[in-house]
Amino acid sequence: MAEKTTTEAPAAAPTEKPPVPQAALPKNGAEKPKTDTQTYPVGIAGVKIEEEERKVPATEAPPLPINEKLAVIGKPTPRVDGRAKVTGAAKYSADINLPGMLFAKLITSTVPHAIIKSIDTSAAEKHPAFRAIHMLDRDRSAAQTEEEKKDNWPRVRYVGQPLGAVCAPTQAHADDIARLVKITYEQKPFVVDPDKAKEPNAPIIFQGNAEQAGTAGGGGGPKDVKQNGNVRGPVAKGEADKAEIAFNSADVTVELDFRTQVQTHCALETHGLVADWKPDMLTVWASTQGTSSVRDELAAVFNLKKSQVRVITEYMGGGFGAKFGAGNYGVLATHLSKKANAPVRLMLDRREEHLCVGNRPSSIQKLKIGAKKDGTLVAMRLQSYGTAGVGTGAGASGPTQNLYTCPAIYTEDSDVFTNAGPSSAFRAPGHPQGAFSLEQGIDSLAEKLKMDPLALRDKIDDSEARREERRIGAERIGWKDRKPAGSDAGPIKRGIGVAQAIWYRIMNRDSHCDVRITQDGSVEFLSGVQDIGTGIRTALAQIVAETLGLKPTDITVKIGDTNYPQGPNSGGSVTTNSISPVARNAAWAAREQFLGQVAPALGVSADELEMADGRVFPKNNPNQSLTFKQAAKKMKVEQVAARGDRSDDYESKKGPRGKGAGGLGGVQFCQVAVDTSTGHIKVEKVVAVHDCGRPINPMGVKSQVNGGVIQGISYALFENRILDRNTGVMVNTNLEQYKIAGSREMPEIDAQLIEQYWGKSSTDAAGIGEPATVATAACVANAVYNAIGVRITQIPMTPAVVLEALASKQKASA
Amino acid sequence: MNNFEWADAKSIDEAQSLMTDASAYKAGGVDLLDLMKEHIAAPKRIVNIRNLQGFDQIKEDGGVLHLGPLLTLAQIADDKTIRSKWSAIADAAANAATPQIRNMATLGGNLLQRPRCWYFRNELFPCRKKGGEICYAQQGENQYHAIFNNQLCAIVHPSALACALVAHGAKLELSGAKNQKREVLLEEFLTLPSVDLHRENSIQSGELITDIRVPTPRADAKSIYIKQGEKESFDWPIAEIAMVLTMDGETCKSASIVLGAAAPVPHRATEAEQAITGKKVDEQSAGAAAKAALATATPLALNGYKLALFENLLTRTLLQAKGNA
Ligand SMILES: Cc1cc2nc3c(=O)[nH]c(=O)nc-3n(C[C@H](O)[C@H](O)[C@H](O)COP(=O)(O)OP(=O)(O)OC[C@H]3O[C@@H](n4cnc5c(N)ncnc54)[C@H](O)[C@@H]3O)c2cc1C
Repeated sequence: MAEKTTTEAPAAAPTEKPPVPQAALPKNGAEKPKTDTQTYPVGIAGVKIEEEERKVPATEAPPLPINEKLAVIGKPTPRVDGRAKVTGAAKYSADINLPGMLFAKLITSTVPHAIIKSIDTSAAEKHPAFRAIHMLDRDRSAAQTEEEKKDNWPRVRYVGQPLGAVCAPTQAHADDIARLVKITYEQKPFVVDPDKAKEPNAPIIFQGNAEQAGTAGGGGGPKDVKQNGNVRGPVAKGEADKAEIAFNSADVTVELDFRTQVQTHCALETHGLVADWKPDMLTVWASTQGTSSVRDELAAVFNLKKSQVRVITEYMGGGFGAKFGAGNYGVLATHLSKKANAPVRLMLDRREEHLCVGNRPSSIQKLKIGAKKDGTLVAMRLQSYGTAGVGTGAGASGPTQNLYTCPAIYTEDSDVFTNAGPSSAFRAPGHPQGAFSLEQGIDSLAEKLKMDPLALRDKIDDSEARREERRIGAERIGWKDRKPAGSDAGPIKRGIGVAQAIWYRIMNRDSHCDVRITQDGSVEFLSGVQDIGTGIRTALAQIVAETLGLKPTDITVKIGDTNYPQGPNSGGSVTTNSISPVARNAAWAAREQFLGQVAPALGVSADELEMADGRVFPKNNPNQSLTFKQAAKKMKVEQVAARGDRSDDYESKKGPRGKGAGGLGGVQFCQVAVDTSTGHIKVEKVVAVHDCGRPINPMGVKSQVNGGVIQGISYALFENRILDRNTGVMVNTNLEQYKIAGSREMPEIDAQLIEQYWGKSSTDAAGIGEPATVATAACVANAVYNAIGVRITQIPMTPAVVLEALASKQKASA
Repeated sequence: MNNFEWADAKSIDEAQSLMTDASAYKAGGVDLLDLMKEHIAAPKRIVNIRNLQGFDQIKEDGGVLHLGPLLTLAQIADDKTIRSKWSAIADAAANAATPQIRNMATLGGNLLQRPRCWYFRNELFPCRKKGGEICYAQQGENQYHAIFNNQLCAIVHPSALACALVAHGAKLELSGAKNQKREVLLEEFLTLPSVDLHRENSIQSGELITDIRVPTPRADAKSIYIKQGEKESFDWPIAEIAMVLTMDGETCKSASIVLGAAAPVPHRATEAEQAITGKKVDEQSAGAAAKAALATATPLALNGYKLALFENLLTRTLLQAKGNA
């Protein structure tokens, strides 16, 4: 873990918290950078804003006032690349067509657990369209034991595991040729059900300790964890004894069991890339959340200098945490390109996408909460098992550890290995699972205490952001009209629920950029940072535009290319937090140079000049102005350019949890209608109130919130990776039987933002992508309880699950 | 997908002369292409019948509605004549699949599409329907499988239109070589695994469906189709019901009730039909009829929820039929 990376996560941050990226270590300690003391707004706009002083590096741009007082930042701004995307002008990895390009197809395993005895490629090689084949020596996405590192071929541990790839001049030929490779297996017993895999006599999946590295998006479990059979863990946090003693002092306790399923990422654009191997330079067009993560892995595997690998991601069709590094497919495509001496495109098909490039682990959780009569929490305990397949990192304790004030919290997280595809980071790793249990636990505690669920949260949650979010959300959903649980007459029952989110303020100091202004008036922003669909391109244009008094469309944002200054990988919701201050600082430095160049023409000194509304003018004489373009022509040099680097977060007094360690918030409310005759749940309305520090582009933020809510509903009601228990084969490797919320499943979504200033950086922005999906499944479950008076503790809440819950309630009351 | 030869038929005769055992007719191609992509079907020649003229009629004539096999589901869903007296058929078409698929999918292809069972559709499972030894659904992931007649092979029949057409007592005209025609009741044409494990109907090699004939129901008949999915968009039913009821005031004079997503063929709920016929339709009689419909069900490990689901839906639909009276 990198030391120069800051996060506001409390000491006991969850293990599956996105790892905090390898940080730049810029300072050698020799000389301390000069610092200034500046004053920043701190607090929540509309509630209370105070001025606080910070000591900041002298290279920082001056403080920005709150959004209300700005021209471009904080104003809803349509995506600068929206037109390119909807017209098809935007080129994604799968659109890259190079002369002589070949197409590749993976060779995957057809058995769940085996040792490869032999591989016969002769029939494949005889095919007239055959160009090259490459077989892997190991599964790069899964955990691995020491012992097997000597093997020639990967151990097969799940159906659909990538073993190699072939390439040919057309995709159809490559598909055919891949089927001609004959693999002989020595099959071994297997297990796909985590409950069975936990049992002492279950088939063992890893003989010896297995480790899986996380990615820049998180995932991967902690290292050096004890392993017993297929159970890796527990990883414990807190003191078990202390919690046990504390439970004795509770007036009320609740104990509940929960289960969540495996969800696959289902980005519309599958994993893949085009690799073009040339003797002195490898160029790849990758669908990735981290251009530099792909570069680094390929440089390491192929023994190249990082400067010999160029990774380009101009547009990207979704990743949700699963797209970091080169992966099996990227390494294979590069080998094939090298062997065939031609560019190679390898895009996974939907089946492969479901099977071998990650998923959200399942969980089996036992939660206990103890409280005093007035709601004060005295102890919480969570024991969680989950399967990350042949990967690690299925913990779910993040929310229990971090959301509420409680003196004794004890959690245990264990991974259970199964013969299934490995998990990878997935939008707020561990948190939707953990919130699903915790937030239902808090609601059932409120019921036992005869307290309103919001009043209880007001008591036990010290986050100022969430307090305001509860207030706004309660008003917009009509909380005061909420009826007692199960009180609707008739078969269709409506209910309202609430659930809360937590995420962390994480940033990556490996965030750099250049801002250039050229005599013709063009302004460029350059960085390796990639836009994974979240709209960072637009946010960066806004920041540069604000600083130079221009419009976002005046700025050319060139990103997603390792030829530009290194950018942050986009995982852990770090991107805006990491790169936006860099953009602001570089734009400010470029502005100073620019004004220095043009001041003589205006007959004033540079510090007397102001830039606003596309003009440059003396502060005390706005009428004597030049347009930005006219001013640029007055530059004495063709171009001025400035480099921006991410300084550490500004130091501030560690406030109460709500100001710092409580992390980012988010409170969601929803209304559901449950048809008790069919078990069908319809989410009718969601009010999602969120914070992300200073929102740069509220339109982009709301779009992230919409996406988080939709993905959360889909997780709560539909999505489920189904493995056949008798063969280990996933039976729904498509988007037909792997069910995802569609247009008719969309509720009315009312996304609301609060502006929370912390005085942490020159933009003070934080992330939103992950917090937006943490609370949704829990929120739907709490609303379902309010509708039908039966607590559903399992997702997806399909008609089968709901009907069964209703029937067992009826039996119990009969 | 395998390589294949493409043949575009201009007439029924030409279509039939192009047909061999290793060939397949293609109408909309929605199902055929899916099967080929999954390596479940590998025809050497595809005989395109999509361009045959005159097979997309909708015509009521002498107490019979004639539906052409090349009508798209979208056309059926939008047609006023069909909706006027055969609304179950219109609603079955309107609720199937997605708008894009309904624009491509034809009525004939819908009736002859293969089951969606995820074991059948996956080449890794040599299941009974494909000539193997095992029905993997029996001990496997059977939440979407049949609750009736499921011992040999637990597929559910995939066709929504078949449910509505069976409820309406529809017949098919089938044309064989040399223009030999036969007429068969759709309900008899669709066969259980006990009759033929490998196929879902009794079409003969080279035969084409050339007409679908639906009797005109009595003026006081109610024609109803409902579909229950886990989702409302882009999803298959977990239960569907088609029914044609004739009512005398609040009393049911005759009933034809079909359950879809329940059995390897559209399942005629004869017990329910008998239970409700001659009765005043109310909560009690509807509930009793619904219970009777499920009495013979043999659910598998994971699809027991379908019993409550069908029972509740059937009760609701019978009451809805009365309400419309
Ligand atoms: C995502 C999805 C969801 C779906 N949901 C539903 C649903 O909810 N309900 C539902 O009913 N269906 C549903 N379908 C299935 C769809 O309606 C059928 O695949 C479609 O109707 C097939 O028609 P087609 O014309 O494309 O058939 P084709 O693929 O062209 O043909 C299918 C078969 O019928 C044969 N055939 C076609 N016409 C004739 C003829 N006139 N004479 C003899 N043989 C013929 C062909 O030889 C072939 O064997 C869904 C499909 C998908 C992909």
